[in-house]
Amino acid sequence: MYKLFLRYLISVLFFLWFSINANADFKVGFVYVGPTGDHGWTYQHDEGRKAVEAAGIKTTYVESVPEGADAERVIRQLAQSGHDLIFTTSFGYMDPTNKVAKDFPNVKFEHATGYKREHSNVSTYSARFYEGRTLLGHMAGKMTKTNTIGYIASFPIPEVIRGINAMTLAAQKVNPDIKTKIVWVFTWYDPGKESEAAQALIDQGADIIMQHTDSTAPVQVAEKAGVWSFGQASDMQRFAPKSILTSIIDDWAPYYVERSIAARDGTWKQQDTWHGLKEGMVAMAPYNSAMGGDLVREVEQLQKDLASGKAHSFTGPIYDQKGNILVAEGAVADDGMLAGMNVYVKGVEGDIPQ
Amino acid sequence: MEVLLIKIEKRNDVSRSIYFLTPVLAIFLTLFGGGIIFYILGFNPIEALKFFFITPISDLYGLSELLVKATPLCLIAIGLSFCFKSNNWNIGAEGQLIFGGIVGGGVALLFYNHDGFYVLPIILLSGAIGGMLFAMIPAILKTYFNTNEILVSLMLVYVAKLLLDYLVVGPWSNPEGFNFPETRQFSESARMPILFDSLRIHAGIFITLISVFFSWLILYKTYLGFQIKVSGLSLKTAKYAGYKGKTMIIIVFMISGACAGLAGVGEITGPIGQLHRNISPDYGFTAIIVAFLGRLNPVGIIFASLIVALTYLGAETAQIFLQVPKYTGQVFQGMILFFLLGSDYLLFFKIKFLGLKKNEL
Amino acid sequence: MSFDLNFIGILIGAIMASSVPLILAASGELITERSGVLNLGVEGMMIIGAISGFALMVVTDNLFFAVIGSMFSGLIISLIFGFLTQTLLTNHVATGLALTIFGIGMSAMIGKNFVGIPGKEFPLLFVNLKESIPFLGPIFFGHSIILYFAFGLPFLTNYFLKKTKTGLVVRAVGDSPASASNQGINVSLVRYSCILYGGSMCGLAGAYLSLIYTPQWIENMTGGRGWIALALVVFATWSPIKVLIGALIFGGITILQLHMQAVGLRIPVQLLSALPYIMTIVVLVVISRDSRKIKLNTPTSLGQIFYKEK
Repeated sequence: MYKLFLRYLISVLFFLWFSINANADFKVGFVYVGPTGDHGWTYQHDEGRKAVEAAGIKTTYVESVPEGADAERVIRQLAQSGHDLIFTTSFGYMDPTNKVAKDFPNVKFEHATGYKREHSNVSTYSARFYEGRTLLGHMAGKMTKTNTIGYIASFPIPEVIRGINAMTLAAQKVNPDIKTKIVWVFTWYDPGKESEAAQALIDQGADIIMQHTDSTAPVQVAEKAGVWSFGQASDMQRFAPKSILTSIIDDWAPYYVERSIAARDGTWKQQDTWHGLKEGMVAMAPYNSAMGGDLVREVEQLQKDLASGKAHSFTGPIYDQKGNILVAEGAVADDGMLAGMNVYVKGVEGDIPQ
Repeated sequence: MEVLLIKIEKRNDVSRSIYFLTPVLAIFLTLFGGGIIFYILGFNPIEALKFFFITPISDLYGLSELLVKATPLCLIAIGLSFCFKSNNWNIGAEGQLIFGGIVGGGVALLFYNHDGFYVLPIILLSGAIGGMLFAMIPAILKTYFNTNEILVSLMLVYVAKLLLDYLVVGPWSNPEGFNFPETRQFSESARMPILFDSLRIHAGIFITLISVFFSWLILYKTYLGFQIKVSGLSLKTAKYAGYKGKTMIIIVFMISGACAGLAGVGEITGPIGQLHRNISPDYGFTAIIVAFLGRLNPVGIIFASLIVALTYLGAETAQIFLQVPKYTGQVFQGMILFFLLGSDYLLFFKIKFLGLKKNEL
Repeated sequence: MSFDLNFIGILIGAIMASSVPLILAASGELITERSGVLNLGVEGMMIIGAISGFALMVVTDNLFFAVIGSMFSGLIISLIFGFLTQTLLTNHVATGLALTIFGIGMSAMIGKNFVGIPGKEFPLLFVNLKESIPFLGPIFFGHSIILYFAFGLPFLTNYFLKKTKTGLVVRAVGDSPASASNQGINVSLVRYSCILYGGSMCGLAGAYLSLIYTPQWIENMTGGRGWIALALVVFATWSPIKVLIGALIFGGITILQLHMQAVGLRIPVQLLSALPYIMTIVVLVVISRDSRKIKLNTPTSLGQIFYKEK
């Protein structure tokens, strides 16, 4: 018993020494939900981490952390082993992040895509991916021959609904006849399912494939079938060089570098960040010249207007499926409405799965 | 040239010391095999093994996490030992765990705005009953329709998984949760009491320990336990002795299902606090390894659950500190079972060394 | 939904493509089980086949080596199972599970350096016929050679089991290893061969996924198909031809629900996905209660350890 106590004492002392020592060396930790090589969501977060590393700050990452009971332990281990700032990069880490933050008031936490900031050392951040979707909608409306757009969706959360709506509104503006066909796969990352969904949409007459899932499987299917597609999260061009018109790129690097430096220099403050094309958190991969110079110039102009605020993805009048007005003529949707969006706009077929 | 002559003979009696020594042998072989794998991957094997097996439990939090992980594994394995001892191959504990979680979670959601000491016991009980009922499906199909229980219990795992998926995405998703695939957080009185501040170890460990005690009692001190053992040795003997085989089969499945269901409900009321899609990182399958490693013996299973739980923690630590791929954990689990099963050979067969013989070649 | 004939042809073609890994793995497992061995390691062998096929494709840049290599690595990993269950006489269930856990971990470890590399285009046969013949074109043409092999395999397996002497031996071993042994058959050798054959087919099934179906390496990319293949063998009541039919039904459920969604029908996706498992249980119950039906195809000694005193 006495020996056991002594052992704990030693380990506690060792720990104190370790954490004091660690403080001298500023470190940033990253928790990923997928493998860094997914070429989608996690890949882009890891690109951001590399940028932090390039700025001269030490980083650590843990990949493929399931969003269950294990996430809390991983976050806590990072906090305990001397990391001063921890980015938790998936929605499912929301509660674990806040729980650990409570016990480590001196460590800063940044949670992606969540909405809970229960302690002053938790910030949240996300990107206005829907602005990119508006550009995709414009291109899709112009490029489709069958007037059918295939959309592979993950979960019926506001972020995904927002993307579907933004895309549909933009496509309708240039082509009133378009139809959006949606398949819900209820996963963020399952190449087998995603490719089957893409094939089903193509067989149903879609000649544009769009995805709100993370693997490169849908663009590969589109390439094989000879239809157009758009990459998600990172530039997926080399997986489907002919088919991809562009990709929406999540560029976390500037934000990660800025926040890491702020935390190191002691100027870090709690905040809720929602950046878009303007700040560069959402970026577009090079446009495929196959769509013609005119269209490329149009889209580039629209991108500039969205970034400058001259155009907005959700400009009134916007109606829901039943014809009720959601956004009045001339107005734009406010962030509160966007954040909680859970209805389809007019022109999207089917119901949101509940 | 000299050749070692060996002769392999079937043992008539199983040596007790070897019976409990082979798991230790298996663990050492796994460490050795693991070291080789680390070496191939380009890590210093000693250092990697240290990060894998020692660092995770070198502080209080780590020890608490080890127990948090071992709690469900041990409980499920205890239940499985009843089945395996009597030659009933219930390999669907994962499904029974999930179904127990679904039933318990459903009750917890019903009570989400209730307070009171009675809430948690009701939830735990309903989780255990859920797991029990789910385990009775393969049991009843086996006894009355002669259906293979291995296949039925396995199929039901996927049915339970998909049912949970359906519920948390659809009807049970948190009405204030923006359609995210998860239920509400359970109320405080529906949560397992935490034993120490800022550690996650919860009262579920007592449930596990009590179950271990009772299973020991049942297995070694009751007529049912005797029956289970005899029918495990030979079905014919059991029939000759006039045991009601059907009742016994259903009872062992019920015990095992209740344990798995309790483990599931313990997870959701303990460390998780709500229902979502991944309430179990395959505890139900890993517990099969635990049951074998523990020799289907209650005390053995306690030790085995700690060792297997450590492979989970070690994989995380090794990743944080050395960037070792985390799948090494699974490779270790697979290897332990391979080596253990393989070394069982020593139990049933004697290897006799007949000495050296000159080879004429 | 456009219900023209050509569309139905395309639909059937898609269902066929999705059922290939199931047919391959289940046909392999069927032979293993008919010899009396229950190998629950299908998922593990498939995923090992998937990574080794893909890795070989990247390293050698040769699809032929990749396909052969995936079969070979499936065979090697099933050798572990064979050695344990046949030579060291371990429990089939536990060994199979260990094989699956080990295989999933091992594949992710090997695959670490192959994540995010685009696959190579796998040649499809008769593509022009696919487009020029309505309805029948998309069903019969424009597939990979592995698909044609997979659809021929159940018939070959059926012929092998029913008409050849070796097939008879396999069945004899599965039904009564003791009497087979008395007749001078080397039970262990027969079972070893069946296990290795099953392993190589599972390896090929995995390679179909990583080389053709979703041409890239992704962790855990078999996504439970190995377990469905196991269900399929039972669903087919150990008859090779029914494996083919069952695979089309199982694959069809997946593909059809996607199409139903695409036309705007609201369906509980997860409950539909559970159907193959529930159907398997129902089939199992129906065949098991009738002892005559069991005797027809079910290997009586399935999963039992056979030891011959020397």
